[in-house]
Amino acid sequence: MTDFPGAPTDPTAPREGRPLRVLAAMSGGVDSAVAAARAAEAGHEVTGVHLALSANPQSFRTGARGCCTIEDSRDARRAADVIGVPFYVWDLAERFRQDVIDDFVAEYAAGRTPNPCLRCNEKIKFAALLDKAVGLGFDAVCTGHYAKIVETADGGRELHRAADWAKDQSYVLGVLDARQLAHAMFPLGDTETTKDEIRAEAERRGLAVARKPDSHDICFIADGDTQGFLAKHLGTAEGDIVDTEGTKVGTHSGAYGFTVGQRKGLRIGHPAADGKPRYVLDISPVDNTVTVGPAEALDVVALTAVKPRWCGQVPEGPAEYTAQLRAHGGEVPVTAELADGELRVRLARPARGIAPGQAVVLYDGTRVVGSATIATTERAAVSAV
Amino acid sequence: MPYLDHAATTPMLPEAVQAMTAQLGRTGNASSLHAAGRRARRVVEESRETLAAALGARPSEVVFTGGGTESDNLAVKGLFWSRRAADARRTRVLVSPVEHHAVLDAVLWLEEHEGARLEWLPVDAVGRVHPEALRQAVGDTPQDIALATVMWANNEVGTVQPVRELVEAAHEFGIPLHADAVQAFGQVPVDFAESGLDAMTVTGHKIGGPFGVGALVLGRDHKPVPQLHGGGQERDVRSGTLDAPAIAAFAVAGELAAERREEFAHEIGALRDDLVQRVVKAVPDAVLNGDPVPEGRLPANAHFSFPGCEGDSLLLLLDAQGIECSTGSACSAGVAQPSHVLLAMGADAERARGSLRFSLGHTSTQDDVEALAAAIGPVVERARRAAQPKCHTG
Repeated sequence: MTDFPGAPTDPTAPREGRPLRVLAAMSGGVDSAVAAARAAEAGHEVTGVHLALSANPQSFRTGARGCCTIEDSRDARRAADVIGVPFYVWDLAERFRQDVIDDFVAEYAAGRTPNPCLRCNEKIKFAALLDKAVGLGFDAVCTGHYAKIVETADGGRELHRAADWAKDQSYVLGVLDARQLAHAMFPLGDTETTKDEIRAEAERRGLAVARKPDSHDICFIADGDTQGFLAKHLGTAEGDIVDTEGTKVGTHSGAYGFTVGQRKGLRIGHPAADGKPRYVLDISPVDNTVTVGPAEALDVVALTAVKPRWCGQVPEGPAEYTAQLRAHGGEVPVTAELADGELRVRLARPARGIAPGQAVVLYDGTRVVGSATIATTERAAVSAV
Repeated sequence: MPYLDHAATTPMLPEAVQAMTAQLGRTGNASSLHAAGRRARRVVEESRETLAAALGARPSEVVFTGGGTESDNLAVKGLFWSRRAADARRTRVLVSPVEHHAVLDAVLWLEEHEGARLEWLPVDAVGRVHPEALRQAVGDTPQDIALATVMWANNEVGTVQPVRELVEAAHEFGIPLHADAVQAFGQVPVDFAESGLDAMTVTGHKIGGPFGVGALVLGRDHKPVPQLHGGGQERDVRSGTLDAPAIAAFAVAGELAAERREEFAHEIGALRDDLVQRVVKAVPDAVLNGDPVPEGRLPANAHFSFPGCEGDSLLLLLDAQGIECSTGSACSAGVAQPSHVLLAMGADAERARGSLRFSLGHTSTQDDVEALAAAIGPVVERARRAAQPKCHTG
C-alpha cells in the first residue's frame, strides 16, 4: 500500500530553486490567471492551456454562470499574452462529457448527490490534463485553486487548507493521490492571500480579468437550472413522497430531483402533525420514492464511504481526524477506520445535510489526509441507505 | 526561427511594403472626381491592369474585394442567387468536399437558408476531383444546377485539381465553375483565360501582399448578386471605398508572384522534397498525405500524418522549439477539428487528428528544413507518449 507511482520522491516533482516546465490551466477567470502569472514570475517556464470542455461552447458568459465559453477562452488568451507565455486550447470535451457530465447524471439517477467540481479535478484537470502534460514533458500542472502544498523534511508533499479558509478549496482537491499531488502547483494557496488581494494583484499585473465576476454553480449547466438539466437527461417519472412511517404525503416528478437535507420545493399539501418543516431524508431511485421527516431525523452519527483516495500514507487502524462532509461545510471531529477497502467514519457529534455521493474529506489539522465517496449514512433516529 | 506556415500567411515582400507605404500617406478616394481622387483611381486601375496581366485575365474581370473569404462568398452565394433568379429550377450546387471553409460554409449556408441542394463531388485518396465524377453528378438534369465550385489547389494537403478538364466538363452542360485559387497563385501556373473558369478567387497575403485585400476574377458575362450593398464601386457587384494602398501592394506582389513563379516552384519544390525525405527518415511510419507525384501538388506543401500522435501535441512541442507549423485544419475557438479534407480522402479520425502541415515560402531556407529534421523524431516520440492512455483514471 506504500507503492505510489510517481510518489513525492519523483524527480520531476516541483522543487524549489529549479525552474520547472509548468502547464498552467487557465479558465479565463482571475484566479487561474494570477496563478499562472505567479508561476511565471517565480522563474518557471510556463505554458498556458485553456480547456475546451463543451463541444458547442456558448459565445458569451452570462453573469457569474457557466464557463468555458468562447469569451472565457479569449480572456484566458489575453491573460497569457499579458503574462507573456505561450497559449493553447485543448479539447477535452469528450472526456469531460464521459467522466463528469455523464457521471453527474448517473449519480443523480442512483439517488446520490455528486460533486462535479471534485470529479473534474480527479478525472480531468489532474488526470487527462496532467497525463498529457507529463507525457509532453511538463513537470507540473498549475491551477488557481486555493490550497497549499507543503513540502516535508523527507521530501514528501502534503496538501493543506489555504491560508484564507473562506476561499479554501482543499475539499474539492481531496481526491488527489500522491502522484497527482506530486505534479500539482497551487500558487494562490501558498501565501496569505484573500480574494480581494488577488483581484488587486491582477489589476497591478494588468490582467483584464481582474474585475471579472467569480463563477458559481455548475459550469456545464449554464442557466443554473439543475432540476431542468436533470429532467432533460433523465425524464420525469411521478412518484410518492412519504413520511418516516411510510404514509404518502405528496407526489414528485422524479426522485433524482431531490437532495438529502432539502427543504424547499417539496410541495407537500398539508403540514406535518407537529407543524414543523419537513426535510428530504432519503431518496430511493428503485421505487422512485422520496422520504421526508423532521430536521432531527437528518442527524447523521456515522457513515461509510467508498473509493478512498489518499494524499499520502494510508492511515492504519482507527484514527482521530476532522472531516468535511460537503463543499463549504464546517468541520466535524471524527474517528475513521479503513476496513475491507471501505472507510468507516464515526462522528463525534451529529451532522446534517450529508448526502450519499458527496465526498468526505479527512483532515489532520490543516493537512488533507484523504477522501472517499459517501455511500451510506447512519442516523441518530433512523438508519438510511 | 523556422517559419513553416506560409500557407497560413507569408511575409510581405519588401517591394509590396514599399508600394503600400508609398500610398498610405496620400489623400484621395478613388471614387472622387477631383485631382486627388483621380490620382487614387489611377493607382487602382494600374494595379488592376498589373494583376490582370499576372492572372491571365482582362482588367475588367478583376473585382477587388476584402480578401479570399469575401471573394468565395461573392462567387458562391452571388452566382447561386443570380443564376436562380434567371431560372428558378437552378438550385443544385456541385461542390467538392475538400473546399476551404470560405466555400464550404457558404454552400452549407445556402443549403440551410436558401434551399440549395448540394451535390458532393467525390474525391480520390489524394483529394482529387475527376472530371468524370463531375459529369456523373450532373446526371440527367443539368438545367437545375446553379454552379459548380472546386478549388484550384487544396490548402491542407496541396493537391492540385485538373481545373482545365473540370471546366470542360462543366461547360458541356453550360454550368459555371468557380475555383478558389488562393493557394495556387504563385505556385502553379494560374491563367484565368486559359483555364476557362467563370470565377476565380485570389488573395493578397498568401503571395507576399497585404492582409485584407483580394480579388474575384469574374468573367464579364457574370453578375453575381452583391453581398455588400453601397456605392457599387466594383462593377456594381462589390461596394466599399477602394483600398488604394492595399490594392497597389497586392498588385506588386501579384506581378512578382507570376514573374518568379517558375523559379520559385523549382527551388521551393526541391527544398520541400528534401523536407519530405528527411521527415520520413526521422519518422519512418509518417504518412505523406496528398499527391506523392510532385506535379500533382503545390511545390511548397508537405502534409503528414504521424500515427499515434495528436496534432496539437506535435504543434505545441515544435512551437516550444521555435518551429512554427500548422495542423492545417480549421480551428473552432482555438480547438483543432479533425480535418474534413483528410476525412473526405478516406482517412480515419485518428489519422486526421494526428497530422501536421509544413508549408514553405519565399523566406524559407535549408536551415529551416534542417531544424525540422533534427526536431521531428524526438517530438513525435514524445507526442506518442503523451497520447498513451494512463492508468490512474479508475
